[in-house]
Amino acid sequence: MKTVKLMAATALTGVIGLTGAVGLPATAAQAEDLTLCWAAWDPANALVELSKQFEEESGHTMNFEFIPWPNFADRMLNELNSGGQLCDLLIGDSQWIGGGAENGHYVRLNDFFDAEGISMDDFAPATVYAYSTWPKGSENFYALPAMGDANGWFYRRDWFERDDIRAAYLAETGQELREPQSQRELLQIAQFFQEREIDGQTRYGAAIFTERGSEGITMGATGALYAWGFQYESEPGSYDMVGVVNGPNAVEALEFYKELYETATPPGYTDSYMGESLDAFKSGQVAMAMNWFAFFPGLYADPEIGGDTIDFFVNPPQEVAASTLGGQGISVVAYSDKQDAALEYIAWFAQPDIQAQWWELGGYSAHNSVLNDPGFVDSAPFAGDFLEAMGGVQDFWQEPAYAELLLAMQKRLHDYVVADQGTAQEALDLLVEDWTEIFEDEGLL
Amino acid sequence: MSETTIERAAKATPPSVARKIRGLSDRAIAWIFVGPSIFLLLAINIFPLIWTINLSFTNFRANRPNREVEYIGLRNYERILTDSDIWLTMQATAHFLFWTIALQVVIGFTLAYLINKKFKGNDLWTTIIVLPMMLSPAVVGNFWTFLYQPQIGLFNYIVSFFTGLEPSSFEMIGSVALAPWAIVIVDTWMWTPFVMLICLAGLRSIPDYIYEAAEIDRASKWRQFWTITVPMVLPFLMLAVLFRGIENFKMFDLVVQLTGGGPGSVTELTSINLKREAFEKWRTGYASAYAIILFVTVFGLASIYVKALNKVKER
Repeated sequence: MKTVKLMAATALTGVIGLTGAVGLPATAAQAEDLTLCWAAWDPANALVELSKQFEEESGHTMNFEFIPWPNFADRMLNELNSGGQLCDLLIGDSQWIGGGAENGHYVRLNDFFDAEGISMDDFAPATVYAYSTWPKGSENFYALPAMGDANGWFYRRDWFERDDIRAAYLAETGQELREPQSQRELLQIAQFFQEREIDGQTRYGAAIFTERGSEGITMGATGALYAWGFQYESEPGSYDMVGVVNGPNAVEALEFYKELYETATPPGYTDSYMGESLDAFKSGQVAMAMNWFAFFPGLYADPEIGGDTIDFFVNPPQEVAASTLGGQGISVVAYSDKQDAALEYIAWFAQPDIQAQWWELGGYSAHNSVLNDPGFVDSAPFAGDFLEAMGGVQDFWQEPAYAELLLAMQKRLHDYVVADQGTAQEALDLLVEDWTEIFEDEGLL
Repeated sequence: MSETTIERAAKATPPSVARKIRGLSDRAIAWIFVGPSIFLLLAINIFPLIWTINLSFTNFRANRPNREVEYIGLRNYERILTDSDIWLTMQATAHFLFWTIALQVVIGFTLAYLINKKFKGNDLWTTIIVLPMMLSPAVVGNFWTFLYQPQIGLFNYIVSFFTGLEPSSFEMIGSVALAPWAIVIVDTWMWTPFVMLICLAGLRSIPDYIYEAAEIDRASKWRQFWTITVPMVLPFLMLAVLFRGIENFKMFDLVVQLTGGGPGSVTELTSINLKREAFEKWRTGYASAYAIILFVTVFGLASIYVKALNKVKER
């Protein structure tokens, strides 16, 4: 009897498989409820808008789980580590790719890309390298570049153009007030604005990242470190960090970031990240602020401080031109039981016309058809800066142990920059010790 | 003659059940009643404790289910006890623990002593004083960050009013010197009412005739306070210290909301540090050893303290 039942089940499965094989569209076969997980920020709202088109075309329903940035990594990594089925699709941070791939959280997409004719050559190489591949430099793809991003700057253009302020700057520094062309010039301008009375109010120099709990101060300070030529290891894959991570250039860059924090930020700016930077700028406290390009469309559209009041610039170079990489790729979660529908979404999202709409709505497409379009640079006041930034982005470690590596850097940087403990050299020496211990635990050293 | 409850219960028991019970000893019946509770205790408390002890000797990481788990002996314990950062965390916790308890005992007892006097509006003042402890620690943490804000925070303006300092010239949360005190102030504000309530219960349990006898013996108020009030309230006060000590040793939410452990790591208490190791760095084996060390510390200190408390009660 058992055998008969088994044969019947096998036959039924075969029939169902055949039905699929003869090309019944997925929509007709089964409309799924898909859940896409991401951080709660402006581009996420744009994606909700964009995804309505997918719902119409596919018949699937899209649900969204957006987590505030400070809890995003914690919440999502816990979800993945516990094999949770909350998310079918995840737009995860670039640094998670190593853990996502090695721990089996993400579905490897190579076969799917081949079957669907999706070529990674159609996307900006920096984004493919950073958001999609593991191990780095390999042809193993675990995500499709979804949201290009980098850390950039914006400033009060109206103040920079005022004659009285320009004259005061010239008198104080002997230079014209302009968009900073180097990190040192950035500091000089920020110090000029620090505690300056403008329109009857005290203003401050710059809003920078100093947050301790998640990734804030690392993302901010690396903007300076990369500009001074900071590298994580002497040779890629060597994990040889001594004299590189704690070399003279890194020490100088970290001392610079501390000086920027101490002499050019608003009072009480000790634990600040994206939200605080936006608040400081929108409330007219600061002349300049760092933040991710993802926020720039919203800032430019802001009726109070957007339009002609604001302008944008790429992270200024010092020894080299470099920016801290943000952005994410979109992956299919291996624990989802709706992987087919999730892959369908990725195939839809990868289409050039959808990517063009994504950019129009406020998302940062990494598709070459969008980025290489002759009209792209003029399509938004920050588009050219975005292209320039993406040409020189550098990312944090993407190893499976990235969370430990990041937390160690958060601690060492915050201890030095904000809590004023020890010297830059000591902070970086300790960081090398921490990282060495982590890589030893990982069996990589 | 009316039936007793036991007789009524015996009559109401169905004969089949009664037959079964009749065959059981008192000890067996006791086990039937106690068994489920013991099972739950074992499942929820004892098993996880044993499992944690087991994990503390391994290099297990909960986020790497596929990685081979190795027994590494006492290496986790050795690492923790020789880690200078962990000792700094312990120092931060000790500072927080000592000062919150000291301030809460002094202020709480003083408030209880004053509230215990009969005056108009006594009940209203009691209600107002206990309000802070009814709030959620997360809410308290959040609104104190605004109160401590150097540019617009009320706290800075009040200090400025009394001292003449510029409000934005000091940062309660951002300064390495002031942040440990910032968390002490907020915890004291929130939990002093709790100590006050316990002390109040102690004060109200002292019979009036003792004071009347002291009055007849012409004992001064000062003498009455030190020879009657303090000794009789002491067991209550010690109980309050025990509760607050255990609570503050595992303090997490309030401090995370207020400072996130910063600036740097000066307010990173052991529970915050432990959470980072366990659920952010995912060093499960290491965090298990850390948890066991903390457990032994709290358990040991609490046991010594309870013995002292019992001695005071016996006096």
